[in-house]
Amino acid sequence: MKVSLSWLKEYIPVDLDPLEISDRLTMAGLEVDSIENLYDYLDNVVVARIDEVKQHPNADKLSCCLVDAGKDDLVQIVCGAPNVREGMYVPCALPGAVLPGEFKIKKSKLRGEKSHGMLCSGSELRLAADASGIMDLEQGHLPGTPLEKALDLTDTVFEIDLTPNRPDCLSMIGVAREVGAFTEPRGMVKLPEVSLPEEKMAQESIHDFAKVEIKDPDLCPRYSAGLLFDVKVEPSPFWLRQKLESVGLTPINNIVDITNFVMLETGQPLHAFDFDNLARGQIVVKRAGSAIDFTTLDNKEHKLESEMLMICDGERPVALAGVMGGENSEISDTTTRVLIESAYFNPISIRRTAKKTGIATDASHRFERGIDPEGTVYAMKRAVSLIAEVCDASIARDIIDEHPLQSASVEIDLNIDALNTRLGTDFSIDVVQEILESVEFDIEKTGERQLKVKVPSFRVDVLRPEDLSEEVARLWGYNNIKTSYPLVSARGKALAPVLLLRERIRQAMIGFSFYEAINYNFIHEESCDRLRLVEADKRRAVERILNPISDQMSVLRTSLVPGLLDNMKRNNSQQTDTIKIFEIGKTFFATQKGDLPEEKEMLAGLITGNRSDQSWFSKKAGLDFFDLKGVVEGLLDELFIRNVQFLKIKDDICPYFEMGFGAIVKVSDLVVGSLGKIDAGVLKNYGLKQDAYVFDFDLAMLEELMPGSVQADPLPRFPSVSRDMTFIVDQSIEVGSMIGQLKKVAEKQILVEDIFLFDVFEGKPLKEGKKSLSFRLVYRSPSKTLTEKNIKKLHTNLSRTILKEFNADLPE
Amino acid sequence: MQKSIAEIEKEALDNIEKAGSKEDLELVSTRYLGRKGLLTGFLRNISSLSAEERPLAGQNANLLKIKIETLIKQASSNFETRNADSFSGIDVTLPGRRAVRGGLHPITQVLNEICGIFMRLGFDIAEGPEVETDYYNFEALNIPKYHPARDMQDTFYVSENIVLRTHTSPSQPRAMEKTDPPVRIISAGKVFRCDSDLTHTPMFHQVEGLMVDEKISFGDLKGILTTFVHQFFDKETSLRFRPSFFPFTEPSAEVDIRCVMCKGKGCRVCSKTGWLEVLGSGMVHPAVFENVGYDTDKYTGFAFGIGIERMAMLKYGIDDIRKYYENDLRFLGQF
Repeated sequence: MKVSLSWLKEYIPVDLDPLEISDRLTMAGLEVDSIENLYDYLDNVVVARIDEVKQHPNADKLSCCLVDAGKDDLVQIVCGAPNVREGMYVPCALPGAVLPGEFKIKKSKLRGEKSHGMLCSGSELRLAADASGIMDLEQGHLPGTPLEKALDLTDTVFEIDLTPNRPDCLSMIGVAREVGAFTEPRGMVKLPEVSLPEEKMAQESIHDFAKVEIKDPDLCPRYSAGLLFDVKVEPSPFWLRQKLESVGLTPINNIVDITNFVMLETGQPLHAFDFDNLARGQIVVKRAGSAIDFTTLDNKEHKLESEMLMICDGERPVALAGVMGGENSEISDTTTRVLIESAYFNPISIRRTAKKTGIATDASHRFERGIDPEGTVYAMKRAVSLIAEVCDASIARDIIDEHPLQSASVEIDLNIDALNTRLGTDFSIDVVQEILESVEFDIEKTGERQLKVKVPSFRVDVLRPEDLSEEVARLWGYNNIKTSYPLVSARGKALAPVLLLRERIRQAMIGFSFYEAINYNFIHEESCDRLRLVEADKRRAVERILNPISDQMSVLRTSLVPGLLDNMKRNNSQQTDTIKIFEIGKTFFATQKGDLPEEKEMLAGLITGNRSDQSWFSKKAGLDFFDLKGVVEGLLDELFIRNVQFLKIKDDICPYFEMGFGAIVKVSDLVVGSLGKIDAGVLKNYGLKQDAYVFDFDLAMLEELMPGSVQADPLPRFPSVSRDMTFIVDQSIEVGSMIGQLKKVAEKQILVEDIFLFDVFEGKPLKEGKKSLSFRLVYRSPSKTLTEKNIKKLHTNLSRTILKEFNADLPE
Repeated sequence: MQKSIAEIEKEALDNIEKAGSKEDLELVSTRYLGRKGLLTGFLRNISSLSAEERPLAGQNANLLKIKIETLIKQASSNFETRNADSFSGIDVTLPGRRAVRGGLHPITQVLNEICGIFMRLGFDIAEGPEVETDYYNFEALNIPKYHPARDMQDTFYVSENIVLRTHTSPSQPRAMEKTDPPVRIISAGKVFRCDSDLTHTPMFHQVEGLMVDEKISFGDLKGILTTFVHQFFDKETSLRFRPSFFPFTEPSAEVDIRCVMCKGKGCRVCSKTGWLEVLGSGMVHPAVFENVGYDTDKYTGFAFGIGIERMAMLKYGIDDIRKYYENDLRFLGQF
């Protein structure tokens, strides 16, 4: 909402500095977004004196003027105006000026004569109506003086960012009331008189011509109308155009301009009908009743629904109520009789219509926020009297004011103690009364600490005592309310385990040199295909966004993997080749239609690039599956999750892993996650060129498996003894199964503390298809120092088991 | 008869212990490790042992040799004059075998910091779904269908009544439905608005706060939020409370802080106003209490919402909101 200060001053005497006004409005809740000097467009327009006028050698109607514009030399300007004469003081736009209508002034040549500027008419500068000649300024200005300064032109335009609860301030008068609350003496807002001038009254009554019938009073509780005869539709007078332009509206014709002017002044949207186009002089306000096509006055056709409120004449719809008029009853140059509509429409109905048709107008904007239900007649009369004056029209006697539903005025019982408790203040009843009265609330003292407050009809946002507490607080000044600290009980809750889990994972992952990524919850609609998920994959149960920003962000993610692959792509494209990233975030799975999706929090990570770069102590080496597996093992260890199994994936549970390079992670009997190498085809789908390895965990399962607390074991008192064993087995045998077997046997003997693989060898001198595996077993007894004899038997026993179970050989 | 290894060891260790100078230690060294030393002699005569004894004896003697050498070196360093010229050492300027760091996303870091401040003030943490019903996202918060306030938040829809939450405020009714006053919670997380340009991403983060009890006042709201701003920025940061509108609070207040970039002089970041809008707040609207069955005569409360991206931008001087979600390591590595 744009507000011109000079216009505002017509309703409220205020002589504060514009910055001060802006600050006070902002601190009262009307946030001023910008302050603009209205005449900024006169930059580079100066006063000039015409020193010499010569006939243009090549054009009869042009003259070449040499003018003193305050520069070192006289400036030649070609001018076509008939009234230029030597010694005349004129406004001169110099090169660099930009006049209204984005008209840029440049050095140029006109019919061969150079012209370094433009002499301007009042109309060209939006300073006067006269367009017939150059503006004749008073003598005696110093040439070169900025025109703004010479004519003492000042007006400030505030751009106010209004919150939707203050439709009353979508008007000059509304803003003036707010200004009135902080100018002394308070509340001096002056409304324009709207007595209809007797000399303009016609003989006939409006009732002889027009009839208004409201068939759906729930959507239109009030409809007021006035009628004018002998209207001359023409461009508006200068003062009216200037007002509209000052707040950014484009003038159209006097009738439309007056309805806009009154809307800006009062906040009441008006509509003007060409009365001769209203069949039988009738206005019928009713729902469309059935789906219809309707052409609005901007020449666009709309499909309307049966619930939408229409203004109809005796035969057909003529306006989409409160939103936009129809082409069929629009004001035209030949209009002579005008019916002015000033109505109150149901805000929800207007909003629904505006949303569904996609039409947003200044009128619908106000109606859907709620206009003053008592303001229709005033605004209509204001418009009628202005039209009578400006368009030289006569006014039909009487007005129409159909009012099938009376609006009830709001009265609030306000307890001062409750108000003070809410605000943390100690206002006296008198202070509260004074503050509320400054913005036109009617107050009656009904008790020692009790007020009855009658809310003015334009304040549709105030309904309950709490709303009044805001009025008092904002007008007193939020920053004048004392800061205090709540006295509350010290009761507190334990942190949810998932919060601790997330924090531990994060700390562990950054310790493993990973960076945390955060990706959008929405991903490309083709993500499931890109990952090659099979039809039955649960991750295909995506929720679709009905109004996505783009295809790239059109479905909710069911996996964190696509986001990480996108991040890899982004980084690779920026020449970052080695990447270790992880993300903790929710995934979403569609359930029953109309129900909330299932939200599942996941942890995923990606590595790609090099384990080590070329350096003085190491060679460049690429990351591989076991780097990622090591991270997963380290992480689970950090979470104290034991008995972890890695099982090779043999089905299509993770089709984005290269076959043979993926594993599920199993703890007890729960599959908690997966890890593997991204398949080359999937890399291609994401435009990636490097090998990448990804893991993916279900956070809820990790939470379930993570022990609540850890119990300390006593430290061993006796030394351990290590013994190695080496086997030669078929290459197809998995180390995991051998270790599993060893552990199974060892479990019966409490003497085996640890078993680990320390060497894998393939190639000569081994036979083709064979590999040698070396294990170290650590033996320890809790009760004594083990002797060679103790161990020997057990070690041999374990070795035999393996030889038998895995058809293994001992090295030669 | 030769001395046994054990005897040699005991004697040598004794002598090292007793040595009072560098010269003494040299004598010890000669006595055991010299060409005619005892240990050297032992090793020389090892061939006289039986084939079974030989390997173990050899191994033991060699281990003892190393032990004596080490001990003499350690003991003699106590007698050295420490003079850099007499040590060649290592090139300490060679790059180390670096332990590579990782890092948390700046949004996580700021969230943790903000949550930490409120937890120290006694707030509990509550969490809610990121995909919400229209009821919790709007209706329960006093934003009925077709209310113009819905224009303040461009909403992503999944179905007619299911939305991506546009703010963390649904955690208010959700928390209050579950528990009676007093309530003191914060709720952090992702929120979504159908808006994408230079200064908006369709997803961002908020921290919501709610405190409900008897006699909680607007003054208390100012107190808690002032404490927060002073802890998050610094104690010199001044702030102002400005009337605003949220359907679920009354009175409602925006909180501005003195621009941290220009200290209030006016710059690009604060659009020359000298102030930065950092959070929205207000006293809980009685309609919200009615929706969850709280006694509006007995209880009052305040709520607030903090935009995390903005806080992180101010804290770290980040100039482009879209950088948060590109996850470029050159960006993430800076925090």
